[in-house]
Amino acid sequence: MDTFQPIAARPSPVRTQGLLPWIKRNLFGDWKNALTTLVMLGLLVWWLPGIIEWALVKSVLAADSDRCQAARGIGACWGVITEKHRLIIFGRYPFDQQWRPGVATIALVALLMASCVRLFWKPWLALLWIGVLGLFFGLMHGGFAGLAVVPTDRWGGLPLTVLLATLSIVLAFPLSVLVALGRRSKMPAIRSLCVIYVELIRGVPLISVLFMASFMFPLFMPPGTSIDVLLRVLVGITLFTAAYMAEIVRGGLQAIPKGQQEAADTLGLSYWQAQRKIILPQALALVVPGIMNSFIAIFKDTSLVTIVSLYELTGAMGLALNSDANWRPFKVEAYLFIAAIYFLFCFSMSRYSLWIEKRLSTSKNR
Amino acid sequence: MSTARRLPPKKRDWSLRSRAVRGLIYQLIALAVIVLAVWFLAHNTLENMRVRGIQSGFDFLKGPAGFDIGEMLIPYDALDPYWKAFLIGVLNTLRVAVIGIVLTTTIGTLVGIGRFSHNAIIRGLCYGYVELFRNVPILLQLLSWYLLLTEWLPDPGEPLSAFGLFFLSKGGVTFPVPVWGMGQALAGIGALVGLLLAWVWKRMARAHFESTGQARPVFLPTLALVIGGALLGWALGGAPTGWQVPKVGDASVEGGSALTPEFIAVLLGLTFYTASFVSEVVRAGIQSVPRGQTEASGALGLSRGQQMRLVVLPQALRVIIPPITNQYLNLTKNSSLAVAIGYPDVVSISNTAINQTGRAVECIAIIMLVYLSTSLFTSAVMNAYNKRAAIKER
Repeated sequence: MDTFQPIAARPSPVRTQGLLPWIKRNLFGDWKNALTTLVMLGLLVWWLPGIIEWALVKSVLAADSDRCQAARGIGACWGVITEKHRLIIFGRYPFDQQWRPGVATIALVALLMASCVRLFWKPWLALLWIGVLGLFFGLMHGGFAGLAVVPTDRWGGLPLTVLLATLSIVLAFPLSVLVALGRRSKMPAIRSLCVIYVELIRGVPLISVLFMASFMFPLFMPPGTSIDVLLRVLVGITLFTAAYMAEIVRGGLQAIPKGQQEAADTLGLSYWQAQRKIILPQALALVVPGIMNSFIAIFKDTSLVTIVSLYELTGAMGLALNSDANWRPFKVEAYLFIAAIYFLFCFSMSRYSLWIEKRLSTSKNR
Repeated sequence: MSTARRLPPKKRDWSLRSRAVRGLIYQLIALAVIVLAVWFLAHNTLENMRVRGIQSGFDFLKGPAGFDIGEMLIPYDALDPYWKAFLIGVLNTLRVAVIGIVLTTTIGTLVGIGRFSHNAIIRGLCYGYVELFRNVPILLQLLSWYLLLTEWLPDPGEPLSAFGLFFLSKGGVTFPVPVWGMGQALAGIGALVGLLLAWVWKRMARAHFESTGQARPVFLPTLALVIGGALLGWALGGAPTGWQVPKVGDASVEGGSALTPEFIAVLLGLTFYTASFVSEVVRAGIQSVPRGQTEASGALGLSRGQQMRLVVLPQALRVIIPPITNQYLNLTKNSSLAVAIGYPDVVSISNTAINQTGRAVECIAIIMLVYLSTSLFTSAVMNAYNKRAAIKER
């Protein structure tokens, strides 16, 4: 009779959590993977010291164009930012008055950030918006309490970028809801008007709309009237944004089951009651990420107004450097600077959009 | 019972309580408002034009343009009429848009697939690329590329060169071109014939596969047929070997064919910007294919490349095509920003024409017409392709 032979104990399971297993799996999974990792690391070791040396070690921070000139090609000249940052950020706004756009921009950005927090989604937020926008225009334009009047053609830089993006999205939103509803209307005349508007605007580039605002708008007005260029451009961007947002809102409306409208009809709600109380609240909640995306797109697209001579961030940078032969050679550093500003704004907005997408879909993911 | 229920006779209700009547009234009001607004604007425009003495009409298109254009696909000089200048602008727009769309699709798809790589560094690089390029305005990117090309490259007198054939300098890229002749034309025709034969071979291989289950190679024969056709045509044309090779002159690179820095900057800017969006579209498409599909194809023994090519991508295409069409349209519309760096596209030419003739209304109408028709054409083509790729439901 055989003696009892226990099977040898199995090896303990391999750890799959933690840093080392992750590295093994993601960097050295098989030989191809390992080779890729090594090649990439090699490139990194080859390139990184040069970049660090250019950007940090050999760079010139002081606003000294001679030292910058000496360091050309070896180190970055961040001195151009030290020297010109106020011109780049505030454009042609009078130099000694630049605290005004500074305060106004901080107030507007703070308002935008506050509007992102669910805690503040209350009726008084609308009042706050009116108040802050009033403060913004008051501070920027002046003409009271001893503040000198600054006409809109001197406004520029970051305040203009933030203002154009914010106002166009705020004004375009109600228009886009109306157009989206119109496009789904049963009345053929209204439906075709909305279709024509949306398809016409979406078929042409923003720059042609801006050209229209700057060249043709003056012709449209009764003789003798002149309209501020900022306002004209704002109207152009708003009409452009509204067409794109109307398509986003329409997508949300299409996602609402037909039964909702029928149930509202059964309850005896009028068309507008049904839209306001039943359809739109559900549809708009669905399209918040889409609206965020169009806000990001508009924030970037405001850079185009520089082509019709409004000096927002990109234009102000060109203005600050092109006229100064000492600093003109260091445009790359200035480009990197404003690219970083745009990136900061847009990246944080897209992160917020991802977050809110998760928050709003919690009811679906129960 | 034959005298079954009859519907009550329809009575037209002309009261204000009827939905139909109110709808009619609303529509009439809307139309009236639009007509009044258009009439108001048109009246003001005509009045303003009369006051300022601006002439209108498209007759200026026949007059001489009087300005030079930096690059063109068809011969042109400053004495040619405006319509020809506009035509060159349109061709330049289309050239950058078509090449841009091809490059964007390639880079976007590669980066989109790269987001699923097993290698963490590749994944990270693709992620970083997407976030970096889509969060900076396209205008700034165009200006940056242009700056890099015109400031950081060496002067045309002493260009960077590769093998003494390709030259890169502030003047752009210069490369050798064959001297055009009978041989080249025949080679082109030969390649086309090869392509046709390859298509026939592919259909035959498919029929063979479906009847017997034996796969025949397709890719290598296609390559062989196309190259063979081209070589045969070239040999029939007398095997010409004349190449126009660029040479470094005193202050510029002479000979060969060249791409201007403006064109390269617009192309690079549009491509890298749009590719970051396309890669996100591709990623979303791939994610929409259930994991089971990848696992099942892995169980059948397909390699990772085959899984992607034969199983995942064809299914992802259905999700990808509509949003990618939007990106193609965006790329075409964004090419209008070329005006900022002086690439002579249709917007840039119109801008010059507006400044010279003052016919703003007509020139802007031309811009809008060009982009509208391009957009409609692109979406028509993509819709047709979408129909082919859409899921076949029975």
